[in-house]
Amino acid sequence: MWNFPLVPPTAAEEALHISWLYWVITGMAIFFVVAVCAAALVLVVRYRASNENVNRDNPPESDMRLEMTWTLMPLVLALVIFFWAAKLYADIYTPRDDALEIIAIGKQWMWHVQHSNGVRENNELHIPVGRPIKVTVISQDVIHAFSLPAFRVKRDAVPGRYNSMVFTPTKTGKFHLLCTEYCGTKHSEMIGSVYVMEPDDYQKWLESGGKGTDSSSAPMSLEDQGKQIFTQLGCNTCHGAAGAAVRCPPLEGIYEKPIELANGQKVIADAEYMRESILNPAAKIVKGYDNLMPAYQGVASEDQIIKIIAYIKSLKDAKPAEASK
Amino acid sequence: MSAAENQMETQAHHEKVNYINVRTTLLSWLVTLDHKRIGILYLLTVSFFFLIGGLAASLVRMELVSPKGDLLESDTYNKMFTTHGVMMIFFFLIPSIPAVFGNFLLPLMIGARDVAFPRLNLLSWYMVAGGGLLALAALIMGGVDTGWTFYTPYSSSFAKTQVALTVVGIFIAGFGSIFTGINFLVTIHKMRAPGMTWFRLPLFVWAMYATSLIMVLGTPVVAITLLLVAVERLLGLGIFDPARGGDPILFQHLFWFYSHPAVYIMILPSMGVVSEVISAFSKRRIFAYHFVAFSSLAIAIIGFLVWGHHMFSTGQSMYLGVVFSFITFLVAVPSAIKVFNWLTTLYKGRIELTAPMMYGLGFIGLFTIGGVTGLHLAAMATNVHLTDTYFVVAHFHYVMVGGAIMGYMAALHFWWPKMTGRMYPESWAKLSAMIIFIGFNVTFMPQFILGYMGMPRRYHSYNEEWQVLNVLSTAGSSVMGLGYILPLGYLLWSLKYGKIAPQNPWNARGLEWEIVDAIPHPHNFETIPIVTQEAYDYEHWHPNKPAQQPVIVGGGKS
Ligand code: HEC
Ligand SMILES: [Cu+2]
Ligand SMILES: [Cu+2]
Repeated sequence: MWNFPLVPPTAAEEALHISWLYWVITGMAIFFVVAVCAAALVLVVRYRASNENVNRDNPPESDMRLEMTWTLMPLVLALVIFFWAAKLYADIYTPRDDALEIIAIGKQWMWHVQHSNGVRENNELHIPVGRPIKVTVISQDVIHAFSLPAFRVKRDAVPGRYNSMVFTPTKTGKFHLLCTEYCGTKHSEMIGSVYVMEPDDYQKWLESGGKGTDSSSAPMSLEDQGKQIFTQLGCNTCHGAAGAAVRCPPLEGIYEKPIELANGQKVIADAEYMRESILNPAAKIVKGYDNLMPAYQGVASEDQIIKIIAYIKSLKDAKPAEASK
Repeated sequence: MSAAENQMETQAHHEKVNYINVRTTLLSWLVTLDHKRIGILYLLTVSFFFLIGGLAASLVRMELVSPKGDLLESDTYNKMFTTHGVMMIFFFLIPSIPAVFGNFLLPLMIGARDVAFPRLNLLSWYMVAGGGLLALAALIMGGVDTGWTFYTPYSSSFAKTQVALTVVGIFIAGFGSIFTGINFLVTIHKMRAPGMTWFRLPLFVWAMYATSLIMVLGTPVVAITLLLVAVERLLGLGIFDPARGGDPILFQHLFWFYSHPAVYIMILPSMGVVSEVISAFSKRRIFAYHFVAFSSLAIAIIGFLVWGHHMFSTGQSMYLGVVFSFITFLVAVPSAIKVFNWLTTLYKGRIELTAPMMYGLGFIGLFTIGGVTGLHLAAMATNVHLTDTYFVVAHFHYVMVGGAIMGYMAALHFWWPKMTGRMYPESWAKLSAMIIFIGFNVTFMPQFILGYMGMPRRYHSYNEEWQVLNVLSTAGSSVMGLGYILPLGYLLWSLKYGKIAPQNPWNARGLEWEIVDAIPHPHNFETIPIVTQEAYDYEHWHPNKPAQQPVIVGGGKS
């Protein structure tokens, strides 16, 4: 019990930068607090009513130079901190192309993590050391927050929106994974562990289907699972089907391309847009098509949607097999 | 001559008529239009809600002694921290200083007989008390577990507790505070005594003015927002729940649009009190009066433009976040100005370390800690790490307990003689001020460390390595609890056994101290005073022949 830490481990590049910022602000904070308290103490003792041996002549009423000093001094310090912090914030919240992509779905009360090769794990996150990791989070019910204190990053898992963050682990080991947004009864049990592994170990772990052993039960990749779901849910009866009853846009090659909508707007076909197109197609109708696609709200789960999007993404460079009529 | 005045005449044979003894039936209190009596009604009401909020807090702290959630069920624990937050924020902190001391003092300080709309004033009290009772009823009928922030879609679609009732209670109390705000604004604009120019107003009045502005402009937004949560729950409309086509983040925007400025509803009045107290016990005019006065307004206005700093991790656009962060840093400046000016007021002062002064100085120290740790949270990158952890809990307790409640305690002791006609026992009061200060720091300092280590707030159970600091925090909170129970005891005691208060026990300046009565007359002033001096004019004050003759005519008839 007497062996307790006072600071969290610092296990990512970003964590190092952010803790520097933290300690600089803390240093300033301590300086100000000590200065204010010391000044108060000295003044109270020196000018106590019973002390007649001090000069109380001509007490100042106000002084413009003083006011300017203590207006501008905090202002300048504040601006420095502001820019520094905004820069680091942009670092962790700007998606990077070279990052390993991982998706986490929050639901009452567990974290469900998806690796791109289809490995899934609950309340655990295995990642390799030394390369940027991009975690995309979404929630299936209420708001949660995916918090990794050892990396000094967290992101809210909001229903209906993909949020992401990037960090680069620098140390192997086991660290806390927490939910930091209150989400109901078992909020405090929505916790788990992050395992940062050597890249080779991670690769083995992935290939073994997340069991860490050599049993060759490698799972189907996300996109392959997505393809299956695409059929299960009947998407293929319209999209990409020869002679489908309904005229519908091809999904090949649309990922992250601009789409023209019926109302004249242009949108980028990113994951967010795809998700909406599946759950609530009426919200944005593709130009030249009719609002004929059924809404999958309540039918497709967040998990399935992620896989379908992975599948559509895999068609990024494909040509429409056959122009839908 | 009205019946009331008749009755006053008869009593006056025995003792001077004042606002307390003028009529004594319970009914006379429940239908009173006297701002001072309404202030006392609020005092009783908010003390009651403070007690409930405090009890809930002590259960929370007791649970956190052990890392396993073994004292309370998770649901019970969640209801306890929600009760603590709802009671303390909506029914104690927000009405505390404005409704208790604002009501009692504002007309006295500006030389008026009452507030502009006395009936509306009484109605406000009924709304706040009634709203609080509804929230209390919700507690008895099973409680609420959403946290005081009522984040959607949890509150609107998932929680199975008494959300609707609580929210309606807050809505009603909210309108009570809007009416109070309107009342104060009109009173300050229209009812100042002749000669009481804007820059002769005591700084407490400036603080009330700024606070009232926030109440009037901000409260309607949160009131409607919370009502929409109730509507979504009861009618199933899709407003905030994405599964029904709503937007959960919209709720956060609307909620914080009010709830960030609400922090200033809690802290500005305390700043006003501290200005009064520091000046009275340094026997000095507040240094740079204009800067202190305008910094209140600056805080009130800039405070409306920073709400997004609660949402840096929600996925709000990065550009928006940068703007919010920037403006948040700006709002630190007027607060810093105040602290420096208070300190300079001590310079060449004649300082008496009475209990209210101790609370006032305690405020400066603790508020400064609360303020500088706000920098960690205004800075976007550190905010991401610290948001929703105990760091935030510690930060806002330093501002709201260390700041707002220290100010409240300062006010309570400072004006106690004027309100009750009795002196509180000074050494007991000093002792409890010290106990609260120490207990407070032991409670909340460890929470900064816990937060930096990542311990999330609202956790029923937690990781074992965080236990030592949690035990320390709970120990501190027991000490602090003792510090709050003591005043309850000795203040009640003083009502009967305290020394009879002289008319101006502190030799302070300000109309409320310069009326001839120790306890104000129901009408405050017999003739409306004509003000010829600046506020805090201690220049003609001498240590050895204090008790300047009351310059203002009071209302006492006998
Ligand atoms: C009944 C036929 C039909 C079915 C079944 C169907 N869709 Fe569609 N889909 C359409 C039509 C028509 C449009 C164009 C109108 C619109 O934008 O809503 C469309 C549009 C889309 C778009 C937007 C494409 C673009 O170019 O912007 C996506 C993505 C999509 N569908 C995915 C799916 C998925 C995934 C499924 C299965 C879960 C599915 N659809 C099932 C008919 C269908
Ligand atoms: Cu949670
Ligand atoms: Cu805020």
